[in-house]
Amino acid sequence: MEKEIKILGKQDTRSGFGEGLHELGKSHPNVVALCADLTGSLKMNAFENDFPDRFFQVGISEANMISMAAGMTIGGKVPFTGTFANFSTGRVYDQIRQSVAYSDKNVKICASHAGLTLGEDGATHQILEDIGMMKMMPNMTVIVPADFNQTKQATKAIADLDSPVYLRFGRPKVPIFIADDAEFVIGKADTIFEGKDVSIIACGHMVYKSIEAAQELAKEGIDAEVINMHTIKPLDEKAILETAKKTGCIVTAEEHMINGGLGDAVAQVLSRNNPTPQEYVGVNDTFGESGTPDELMTKYNIDTADVIKAAKKAIARK
Amino acid sequence: MDNKTLEQYASQTRRDIVRMVAAVNSGHPGGSLGCADFFTVMYHKIMKHNPEKFTIDGQNEDLFFLSNGHISPVWYSTLARAKYFPVSELATFRKLNSRLQGHPSIDHNLPGIRAASGSLGQGLSMAIGAAETKKLNNDDRFVYALMGDGELQEGQIWEAAMYAAANKVDNLIATVDYNGRQIDGDVEDVLSLGNLKDKWQAFGWETLEVDGHDMQALIDVFEKAQSLSGKGKPIIVLMKTEMGQGVDYMMGTHKWHGAAPNSEQLESALNQLEETLGDY
Repeated sequence: MEKEIKILGKQDTRSGFGEGLHELGKSHPNVVALCADLTGSLKMNAFENDFPDRFFQVGISEANMISMAAGMTIGGKVPFTGTFANFSTGRVYDQIRQSVAYSDKNVKICASHAGLTLGEDGATHQILEDIGMMKMMPNMTVIVPADFNQTKQATKAIADLDSPVYLRFGRPKVPIFIADDAEFVIGKADTIFEGKDVSIIACGHMVYKSIEAAQELAKEGIDAEVINMHTIKPLDEKAILETAKKTGCIVTAEEHMINGGLGDAVAQVLSRNNPTPQEYVGVNDTFGESGTPDELMTKYNIDTADVIKAAKKAIARK
Repeated sequence: MDNKTLEQYASQTRRDIVRMVAAVNSGHPGGSLGCADFFTVMYHKIMKHNPEKFTIDGQNEDLFFLSNGHISPVWYSTLARAKYFPVSELATFRKLNSRLQGHPSIDHNLPGIRAASGSLGQGLSMAIGAAETKKLNNDDRFVYALMGDGELQEGQIWEAAMYAAANKVDNLIATVDYNGRQIDGDVEDVLSLGNLKDKWQAFGWETLEVDGHDMQALIDVFEKAQSLSGKGKPIIVLMKTEMGQGVDYMMGTHKWHGAAPNSEQLESALNQLEETLGDY
């Protein structure tokens, strides 16, 4: 029941995006980048500096950016758009729907500062509905990587996928625990810890919280399996059904609304195939507020302690 | 193609439009009729394009984006008459399993169409994106876009207008179907556009005007637009048209924006529009 994991450092996932994009600049001449006045926040400066002809500053006009990116695919470019998650989805839902998804345009919508951990800026910027909106969209792939290295790997991987992608990452510096040479396969979940008592299926920042929870649970003799479900769509149904069969109960953990997020996607797979007790760790139908990322995760019940509590509850329901 | 032949194509397209919408008792004949001359000139005289070998990328071809997608009937007829797909397929417009969706779609692989439109305000941005890609690819052909005048009430249009001027997207030739009417009434009454020419000029666009029902004037204005390209400014053509042009009872009103004629009205319309190329 060893729950050891090597921490390789601490870094923000958005910097993983920035590095991945910069590497794509060198390896993929057809990759272009568009940004709506948040180049520094999205860590797109390196790409801008080294590939100025392929960088398009559109100003504070996200609707134009999304449709323009769709237009840029005509003639073979692979556009990566960058702005905050709120402005990448809610603000431009209709542009994504018609110009990108329905028009089947190969646009990569890259969204930083997702969720509560954006912190002090408050609820106006803390979108918690974006995974739901994007996973409902036909033709859309939805990826929520867990740390710096995985965000970098995911950024590079989506360049070779010929279809629209929503890539969600965040602002705060968080532990790096995935090797920089780890393989990233879109749609294939990673098992972080094997376990037999409960399965914790998480994405994004909540993967590390789930690792911490599993370590705490181990001290109490509870053997938790932790799965990094970095791809929300297409969902790795096989991994979900296998772990459900193995442990008999599930916790889903996400920095997102309970309504419509990862948890709902997992529940749908389970209810159709193998109904299994499931507890949700997520934000429960409320907006966030100003505060530090840590304070907010505690107040809105998406902290390590909440994963532990949910795991025990799920086990009790078996 | 000489102007007399262009007139024949436009007349046939107008017949196609009223027959298509009447057949399914839905669709948008008003704006479609108003743009029949424009589409005919673009596809048979102005644009360099390749109907037999259509590709989404359209490298080294002119690209056309219809932003006001509801006037799909005029586009479908024009594309069919320009041999993008069989004319007989016009009979499937708006029917189940058709490639001719109510609003343009690429989901069904209809040759000639590169993006969906219908939700207004997005086509100019897409055209700008395609124009930027042409520049990156050293492709010196043009990107054309058509917008409705009512559509200019959408904020995204002005985001795009700002971008294109600030970034010297000078391989782009956009057109406004300036018919002055929208669903709820006259544009002037619903939400006035003010002085449209001044607006585009203030946004930094080379601004031209044309009578959208004068074939030679249309040819002249787009040749002039081409000659003004490559000089650091995007180009807009404000094209004065009459909604419902060619069918007397559909002109002078906004009422035929999105309404189909009944069988009697259809007969009256067809009596006014000469069958020149054979009905589908």
